Amino acid sequence: MVDILIPRASATGSSAAAARLETWRDDDCLGIALMGLWTTREIDRQDRDLAAIVPDGAARAEIHLGDLEEMDTAGAWLIYRTRTALEAQGLAVELTGGSPHHLTLIDTIASHHEHCAPPPPGATPLVSLVNTLGHATIEVLKEARDLINFLGLTVIVLLRSLVRPRTIRTHALFTHMEQAGLHALPIVGLISFLIGVVLAYQGAEQLARFGAEIFTINLVGFGVLREMGILLTAIIVAGRSGSAYTAQIGTMKVNEEIDAMRTIGLDPMEVLVIPRVLALVLVLPLLTFYADMMGLLGGAVILMFTLDLSLFQYARHLNSAVAIGTFWVGIIKAPIFAFIIAMVGCYEGLKVSRSAESVGLHTTKAVVEGIFLVIVLDALFSVMFALVGL
Amino acid sequence: MSDDAIIEVEGLRTQFGQQVIHDNLDITVRRGEVMGVVGGSGAGKSVLMRTIIGLTKPAAGRIRLFDIDTAGLSTLERRALERRWGVLFQDGALFSSLTVAQNIAVPLKEHTKLSAQLQRELIDIKVSLVGLPIEAAHKFPSELSGGMRKRAGLARALALDPEILFLDEPTAGLDPIGAAKFDELIAGLQHALGLTVVMVTHDLDSLYAICDRVAALVDKRVKVGTIESLRREPDPWLRDYFGGPRGRAVLDARGRTS
Repeated sequence: MVDILIPRASATGSSAAAARLETWRDDDCLGIALMGLWTTREIDRQDRDLAAIVPDGAARAEIHLGDLEEMDTAGAWLIYRTRTALEAQGLAVELTGGSPHHLTLIDTIASHHEHCAPPPPGATPLVSLVNTLGHATIEVLKEARDLINFLGLTVIVLLRSLVRPRTIRTHALFTHMEQAGLHALPIVGLISFLIGVVLAYQGAEQLARFGAEIFTINLVGFGVLREMGILLTAIIVAGRSGSAYTAQIGTMKVNEEIDAMRTIGLDPMEVLVIPRVLALVLVLPLLTFYADMMGLLGGAVILMFTLDLSLFQYARHLNSAVAIGTFWVGIIKAPIFAFIIAMVGCYEGLKVSRSAESVGLHTTKAVVEGIFLVIVLDALFSVMFALVGL
Repeated sequence: MSDDAIIEVEGLRTQFGQQVIHDNLDITVRRGEVMGVVGGSGAGKSVLMRTIIGLTKPAAGRIRLFDIDTAGLSTLERRALERRWGVLFQDGALFSSLTVAQNIAVPLKEHTKLSAQLQRELIDIKVSLVGLPIEAAHKFPSELSGGMRKRAGLARALALDPEILFLDEPTAGLDPIGAAKFDELIAGLQHALGLTVVMVTHDLDSLYAICDRVAALVDKRVKVGTIESLRREPDPWLRDYFGGPRGRAVLDARGRTS
């Protein structure tokens, strides 16, 4: 098997050995001599030179390969292409002086010369725009339908689990509560605190123009308790836990673990989805309460400096400015947002197909959809609460 | 040092943390031969290949490719060297966002100045050389079967006409017919292009079909020889490997056909 050893120059591409080409004319015979290294790295110029050769009335052609030092498939292709081009113009072409392994390679190339059609042309920009728009619309509608189906399924399984609490996997439930709740405390606390700082600082500056600095406390109280606390916590949790759910379940899907689960008689909805949904529903109100407190604290720190208030005065003002209902308006939204985030995370995880790219794709979708739905719902809540006068 | 050595490894030691994979390992691959690398699971076959091509750093030892010591090369020198070998990873390792033709074009675009037309012509040849149907050129890796992905990976490995071809388990995951065809393909290409092939494999059929010599990883070292000579080694792993039911079955089958 080792009967063919192609000698190769050890120095790569020294200019002295570069591919060269000479042509001559002998009566009705066109001569082409190839010299040097005819390899992929060297032949870019020879490509054009060879293509430019015209027979100019010659009846025969001779391609001399005796001085070739090296040749690879690219060189062999050029020689073969030149030969077929000249033959197509009616010349009798002869390869002379080629070593056996060079000729073998040229024969190999000749037997593998298949022309591949260029890639099919794309549609015109306008048509493809309409196509993309149509596809995207249908995809979004399908996605919405599937998500609503999944919502129904989750509610049914959740109710079934609540009726028979022994089917709830408590170990998984507490693990997820720890991961989504306890581990999120530092980031949720820091961000809420900073938002309190920002609200107080900006508010104090604007309201000072009307001599109404003291109302900054109303701004901070309303802003944090009603909207900022819950909204930011929900967004952080969607990014942290919603994506984690998709990645965890998606990876299991790639490994066929979900299929294995079904063959053992376990329901993935019961084992994977319910503990996650329930954990987030239980934990997000607590996180929101914590975020509210940190936000108010952030506001307090700034106002203690800018308005020269004591913490006690701040608390008293806050108590008279903000009714307890405002606090409940924020907290009541938490379990609903939690349900949406966890459900979307699990849904996207279960939609992962059997490839690693698909895990990444669906994780991104879970975060985007989760945050989008949370904000849409928040807007609906605002309108609804305004209508009922809260 | 023999004249025709293309890969020389001396005193190689690789380890991950406390775990030593190879210790004082020597191996020489000659120009133009097909060298099979075998060994039990976890013996470090793939690690040996990855160390030779520079993806894993050795803890000690010397690796010479084409008579050039790979340690202490500048980035540019290393790039120039890397162009002289091609690697086929286990599942082809094709770039998933590119079609087969675009995958093969990547090394051509990066390392040569060929015209777009000539690049296309060369891609057509490479696709056909590895036995892919020509329509496969514009398909994405996800649209191909496992065997076709391997062939496409091979076409990309061959894009720059390397002198050495490294194959990591080329027949793993293929059905027996596909595996035999892939063996034939490797043998044919090796013959036509004058390649040196280093092939990590579990497949006894491949060993018998196309390998000139075999390197067996035993006790953190290699034993190199023809299959015949390795079969006579007293080492228990080699005895089990070649003398076990599967090894004997392959040998019997080949005895009947030849």
